[in-house]
Amino acid sequence: MSSSKLLPGTYTATSVTAFLLQPGQVKTIRACPSTWINESVLSLEPGTVMEADVHNKSVPLENGSLAPIDRLRRERSDSPTPGLVEGTEPGAGQDSAMFVHAQSFEDLTADAEQGQEEEEEEEVREEEGGGDSERTPEIGEPKNEGGGSEETQGPCSKEEEEEEEEGGEAGKPIYSRYGTEEALSSTMGVMMALVSFVEAEKNIIRSIHAEGYKVVFLRKSPLVLVGVSRTRQSERELTRELLYIYYQIISLLTLTQLNHIFQHKQNYDLRRLLAGSEHLTDNLLRLLDQDPGLLLSAVTCLPLPSSSRDVISSSLQAARAKSLVFSILLAGSRLVTLVRKKDQFLHHMDLHLLFNLVGSSSAFREGEGWTPICLPKFNTAGFFHAHISYLEPASELCLILVSTDREDFFNLSDCKRRFLERLRRRSAYQALHEALQAPSYPVSQVGIPDLRHFVYKSKSSGLYTSPEIPVPYQSEEEQERLMGLYQYLHSRMHHPIRPLRSIYRCAEKENLLAWVTSGFELYLCFSPLGTKALAVSAINKLLKWIRKEEDRLFILSPQTY
Amino acid sequence: MAEKKVGSRREFLGKASALRVKMVILGSSGVGKSSLALRFSKDEFKNSSPTVGCAYLTQVVCLHDVTLRFEIWDTAGQEKYHSVTPLYYRGAHAALVVYDISKRESFVRAQLWLRELEKHYIPGETVVGLVGNKTDLPNIRQVSLQEGQSLAESKGLVFMETSAKSGEQTSELLLNIAHRVNQRTMDKDRDLTEWREAECVELYQGNRPHPLTACCPIGP
Ligand SMILES: Nc1nc2c(ncn2[C@@H]2O[C@H](COP(=O)(O)OP(=O)(O)OP(=O)(O)O)[C@@H](O)[C@H]2O)c(=O)[nH]1
Ligand SMILES: [Mg+2]
Repeated sequence: MSSSKLLPGTYTATSVTAFLLQPGQVKTIRACPSTWINESVLSLEPGTVMEADVHNKSVPLENGSLAPIDRLRRERSDSPTPGLVEGTEPGAGQDSAMFVHAQSFEDLTADAEQGQEEEEEEEVREEEGGGDSERTPEIGEPKNEGGGSEETQGPCSKEEEEEEEEGGEAGKPIYSRYGTEEALSSTMGVMMALVSFVEAEKNIIRSIHAEGYKVVFLRKSPLVLVGVSRTRQSERELTRELLYIYYQIISLLTLTQLNHIFQHKQNYDLRRLLAGSEHLTDNLLRLLDQDPGLLLSAVTCLPLPSSSRDVISSSLQAARAKSLVFSILLAGSRLVTLVRKKDQFLHHMDLHLLFNLVGSSSAFREGEGWTPICLPKFNTAGFFHAHISYLEPASELCLILVSTDREDFFNLSDCKRRFLERLRRRSAYQALHEALQAPSYPVSQVGIPDLRHFVYKSKSSGLYTSPEIPVPYQSEEEQERLMGLYQYLHSRMHHPIRPLRSIYRCAEKENLLAWVTSGFELYLCFSPLGTKALAVSAINKLLKWIRKEEDRLFILSPQTY
Repeated sequence: MAEKKVGSRREFLGKASALRVKMVILGSSGVGKSSLALRFSKDEFKNSSPTVGCAYLTQVVCLHDVTLRFEIWDTAGQEKYHSVTPLYYRGAHAALVVYDISKRESFVRAQLWLRELEKHYIPGETVVGLVGNKTDLPNIRQVSLQEGQSLAESKGLVFMETSAKSGEQTSELLLNIAHRVNQRTMDKDRDLTEWREAECVELYQGNRPHPLTACCPIGP
């Protein structure tokens, strides 16, 4: 079947093997006992850095954000617009945030956003490796006072080659983005040998830097995920991508099942169970290169008049069933609305996995889909059952009804029918179709001359907004290059040890500005003609515009059943 | 056949009721289950991606004395979804086990599916069909017509070779199954449950039958 074919390798296994196999190249191996590492991790906890932030004192805990409150404290208090603290920034919902999962099975802070504080546990670094401008910080390095700002100049380019693989602990390759698993198995053998060699000493290998390559390991028992990259992506970014792939696998199988399999059969070939899902992982990796939402841990909405959105939400809310936990209406990869059971929250990562499932498959186009799915940030142990269907045959509008009962298909099917029946009688349905016609908004609507593109995330709602990709970035390569620039800015802003509050950068083809406060994150891309002063003054103008448009761009009044 | 266009819902159906028939489609991934289901329900062919979990489609089939509303459960062939398939063949009136005539492996798997089914139905209760799909690929055929036929005969199954791509024998297959389901229910003097469009809300409320065995079970 076509979908089970792997992408042709742009990267041969030998080019990877070559640098891994020459042990002489690895000049230093720095290792330290894991107990000692834990201590240094603790002292890096961001909460201890900017305890005195005046803004955040009054922020109640349930005013949750995708970012833990602690982390927000490290932002400086002198934000550009002092009124805009978390929870009051443009796009902040009226209610508690929609997506935060308060009772997450795992601690939310444990990964993605900041799980990589521990990343420096061990480092194998080739000393004359050159080329790698991002010095990886060492353990015990004096801690920076949280935020600073920086102005840099120079090219900021992202090489495109990157490879991701993963293997079971016994060392069988399971999936590889480029090249077949068979071709990689000797490489994998070397990698597994490295991993187990280091672990025998009770250490964990996190990354290898050599000849401009980064090799990042993510150990998620019973799997080991390995990312090989020649891009400028930071280790954190690479680890985040690996984490997404890991959760993608969990969403198909549950962690419980995965553990069970490997407990009973150490050398089980997991490809048997993953067969037919390669396109999900391929598509997820593509999204990671192109979709700012995965980078920002946020979701974007279909711009829609709030009155229409409210009608749609309440129609969805009315079509409830006992077993229903989440009802999600999507337009492509944008959210129209989400209704959730009281006290149940959907994590953005789970939402992205759902988007990916729907977006990478035409299977839901015919008939009604009914599938078990694990939402790993909710619970890695069990399956939900999702009713997935498009509202109309050729429509972009897809309804996902997430239920706890695998035998409740007919009830959910009926919920959909009721929702549609109700909605069709209202003018909001017409408004929804009109909104689908106009894909997004051009950046020119904002009225800032040199501004080409921006991404704005409201932290408390976990939603972001962004204009259409403008002409110079419309090709796939250019779009990915722009994303690469944002990724670079993001990794600088969220550096585990030296986070920044703002950064301005003049690159060859554009000027970039990023600004992070306790309430929002903003990334802007200007034409290379603008100046820094103009860029900074654009922030206020843009924030005002977003405030004016926020009813349309965000979901301000999320609903529960 | 006279009733070739199984897709056309006849006017008289508007008021009259249809009887619900639960049909499940089983077989390895890629043999064309979803393509067959799409033929059954819309008489179309599209390149589709592998089914995720299960897809539910319906089609109304009019026989001369009765109207049947097929509720088709198109299952996913991928191994990871096998744990949920019993949900779909439980209480089914009809089951189609599909293989790809150009892939011997899928014929082997079809026999495993038949064995699995046998554990769950009493012969003579569920109509089971063995379907060799992709007859439009005669050049790369790996399973002969006779092989399929004799397997079906030995087990007393309906047998048909189809092409979901060209539409060859697909509506004939559905009609054949429809006649047999109808025949069996009459023989057994047990009726299928009715399906009425206007009343489906009530149908799903109160002391309704088990959702996935919403048809009155013919089997055990
Ligand atoms: N030539 C030919 N190709 C077919 C035929 N039926 C299906 N296919 C193709 O076979 C591939 C798989 O078809 P599907 O209908 O998705 O297979 P499936 O059995 O539903 O697979 P799963 O959902 O993974 O279990 C697709 O590329 C179809 O286009 C057929 O009759 N002839
Ligand atoms: Mg299918």
